[in-house]
Amino acid sequence: MRTKEIIKLLHAKVLAGEDMLNIEITSAFGSDLMSDVLTFAHGKMILLTGLNSNQVIRTAEMSDIPVIVFVRGRTPTQSVINLAIEKGICLLETKFIMYEACGKLYNAGLSPCIRLLQ
Amino acid sequence: MKKEILLEKNFTIIPGNFELAGRSSSDIKYVLKKIGIDQELIRRVCIACYEAEMNIVIYTYGGSIKLKVFSDEIIVIAQDSGPGIADIEVVLKDGYSTASNYVLSQGFGAGRGLSNIKRYADTFFINSIIGSGTKMELCFKISNI
Repeated sequence: MRTKEIIKLLHAKVLAGEDMLNIEITSAFGSDLMSDVLTFAHGKMILLTGLNSNQVIRTAEMSDIPVIVFVRGRTPTQSVINLAIEKGICLLETKFIMYEACGKLYNAGLSPCIRLLQ
Repeated sequence: MKKEILLEKNFTIIPGNFELAGRSSSDIKYVLKKIGIDQELIRRVCIACYEAEMNIVIYTYGGSIKLKVFSDEIIVIAQDSGPGIADIEVVLKDGYSTASNYVLSQGFGAGRGLSNIKRYADTFFINSIIGSGTKMELCFKISNI
């Protein structure tokens, strides 16, 4: 699924990374706990989160996550947006709550990011 | 014979500063990319470094992360002057945490930090002294050489 289809499904606003709307996303993960993201992240996935601090951008940077969706209208500050621009990460914002945003993407066929823990 | 070191860098980590937290791991990602290290290996090294950096920011009185790159391995040494860990086996269990509500509000303190570091490194060594601090040494094999 391309980023632009995700934007359409979530009625999302693009906060950063206008040039990344055609990239192909293979899975999704939803969490406010960054260590959970660091445990499970792999491949070209999107992260859905309600946390809007610098650490979300750092987590995405370390895990090679190209797109972040801020749920329930949790707009980050300009300094967080600037950090995402600097690191080449696409930021989207949706008014949907986590449950609904994840449900919409799941129904549209986007796979969960699954990695079994050893 | 002593192995030739390709790159060595030292990063100072400031305790309690969530604004700067992650910057050293970001710099490590940049330098590893620049010398042509495999992307998946960079990801593993950087996630482990980032967890180690966050641990120093959250739980200690400050510390450092040292990066050493050899032709066949990457070594990361994270050292702090924190309070130390009483029972390492307990801390290594997924889910064990002593984090404050503020730390949880920042998305950390879920009790996965050390187990993530252990998961991503090829070898993991930790030593901690109560009242003195903790030292971790991580090794990542470079397989294509």
